[in-house]
Amino acid sequence: MSEQPPRVRVTSTRRNAATRDVLRPLTRDLDEQSNLGEVYMSGLMSAQLRLSLLVLGFGAVGLGGLPLLFLLVPATRSLELGRVPLPWLVLAVVVYPVALVVARYYVRQSERIEREFSDAVGRR
Amino acid sequence: MNTAYGITAITVICTVTLVIGAFGLRLSRTTSDFYVASRTVSAGRNASAIGGEYLSAASFLGIAALVYTNGLDMLWFPVGYTVGYVVLLVLVAAPLRRSGAYTVADFAEARLESTAVRRLASVLVVGIGWLYLLPQLQGAGLALRTVTGAPGWVGGLVVAIVVVANVAAGGMRSITLVQAVQYWVKLTAIAVPAFVLLWAWTGDGSPAPEIASSTQWKEPLNGLAGQGHPVYATYSLLLALALGTMGLPHVLVRFYTNPDGRAARRTIVTVVALLGAFYLFPPLYGVLGQVYLPRLPTGAAADSLVLRLPAAVLPGGPGELLSAVLAGGAFAAFLSTTSGLTISVAGVIEQDLLRGRLARVTGDDATVVQGFRIAALLAIVVPYAVSRLIEPVGLATMVSLAFAVAASTFCPLLVLGAWWRRLSTVGAAAGLLVGGTLAASAVGITVLAGPLHGWPGALLGQPAAWTIPIAFTTAILVSLATPGRVPPHTARTMVRLHTPEDLALDRE
Repeated sequence: MSEQPPRVRVTSTRRNAATRDVLRPLTRDLDEQSNLGEVYMSGLMSAQLRLSLLVLGFGAVGLGGLPLLFLLVPATRSLELGRVPLPWLVLAVVVYPVALVVARYYVRQSERIEREFSDAVGRR
Repeated sequence: MNTAYGITAITVICTVTLVIGAFGLRLSRTTSDFYVASRTVSAGRNASAIGGEYLSAASFLGIAALVYTNGLDMLWFPVGYTVGYVVLLVLVAAPLRRSGAYTVADFAEARLESTAVRRLASVLVVGIGWLYLLPQLQGAGLALRTVTGAPGWVGGLVVAIVVVANVAAGGMRSITLVQAVQYWVKLTAIAVPAFVLLWAWTGDGSPAPEIASSTQWKEPLNGLAGQGHPVYATYSLLLALALGTMGLPHVLVRFYTNPDGRAARRTIVTVVALLGAFYLFPPLYGVLGQVYLPRLPTGAAADSLVLRLPAAVLPGGPGELLSAVLAGGAFAAFLSTTSGLTISVAGVIEQDLLRGRLARVTGDDATVVQGFRIAALLAIVVPYAVSRLIEPVGLATMVSLAFAVAASTFCPLLVLGAWWRRLSTVGAAAGLLVGGTLAASAVGITVLAGPLHGWPGALLGQPAAWTIPIAFTTAILVSLATPGRVPPHTARTMVRLHTPEDLALDRE
């Protein structure tokens, strides 16, 4: 207790100082897991999960449907495009660009969901 | 085949790997450097590194061999390897990165707040890693024997030594750079010879392979590797590969080097592109193999097809040169996958098995980094010894078994962990135990007893279609029965796993 801070003479209000945040940010509701925070969280999670299931469903039908198609419609097994057999073309080439497009679609949509969430929570 | 070319190519690859590793050594200083490259790896380089790490012996040699032998149905292998990343992306990529954990074991502990589940996950990481290391080391032996005539044990030993030197010296930072370079080495090594061979093939009037008249080879649903029950086998394989990717130890570790959840997602998109580009080529070798080499020399494994094909298409110098390029690429594949697996297995061994014990023995003298070096040695010596003891069952088959175990254990843990609030500690542990036991038994029987016939052969040879649903069901039912054992901080963990990092939240 040797050095006391020098005394400061107050002459006016400190207009340029940061004001205390009187508005309660929504992020605190998330942190504290209040009911409001939970509502926002389950909204975010179910939006993301719906998107994921949509993409997985597309894959299950598009790719998972192929063996079933070959099984039920035997003619598809030996279809040819030019000299190339169609099943070879699909499984060796077409699958890859489609996978890439699906992956890009997913990333764009999930980032949009997150942006909307950040906007909603960060506002106020 | 010209031995001098082959040895030169393999020596160059090993030297380059060691030199880049040594370069990384000067940069890595802290424990965090060792494990996750301090999270400063850019998305492009990270994606190349994931691709480099993932394209293993099974991709480089195994797929061509399978297509060569069994035809169209085998294309599901590369398709599954790629689709696995899309599934990983949509289900767990961002939450896993946001969990902030280093390994699957860390994720299990953070999400389930239980050291028992952590232990279980650690044991599984080591088991799956070793299972996946086996075919890499066997493939290295096979490649070196094909190129130089050296005995089978030499190739695996060379790979083991280079990898331990590299991993022990630099940890993950040097490995990230090594892996990123290896992807481009592998792509070049498989694409350039493929274009030359295609050009030679069109020069010959693009003859169709003789076997193309066989519907067995040319058309779908003819039984994967002749086990029968083709529809079941196809679906089971696809499930194992699509859901198993997320559970592979070396894939998960690589995730944590992304700076945030969004970067993790974007990295995976690039990975899908890189893998797709690579997988266009191996099937070409299988088909051209049927054109130019319809019968392999007696005693030659089908897995050596890629290395033998150029000499059959272009006898003389050019063919030998291409073979050497392919041998170099194959070695890059063994080295990079083995490095990645060794890193992640070593990380788990060090954290969960060695750390406490080592401190007791040395009286706290051993640093974490020294422990990691010892663990790296352990991580590769065990599978190398086993690879000398058991009979090879085919590179891609072995790898698909590792996928099946990963899909039956870590897939339920990660997916339910990321999305289901009611997952209880007991439920997660039960899912891991049941899925792991069932899948491991199926793998053990297949590897030790050889291929069986009829339904038992199909069910045990491709176990994923029944082990994954059983593992999920177990985890869910046991969780519902033990609501009291849901981790107390589940809600807080979910906030951390799913909210974007740009929000100012308490992430401790």
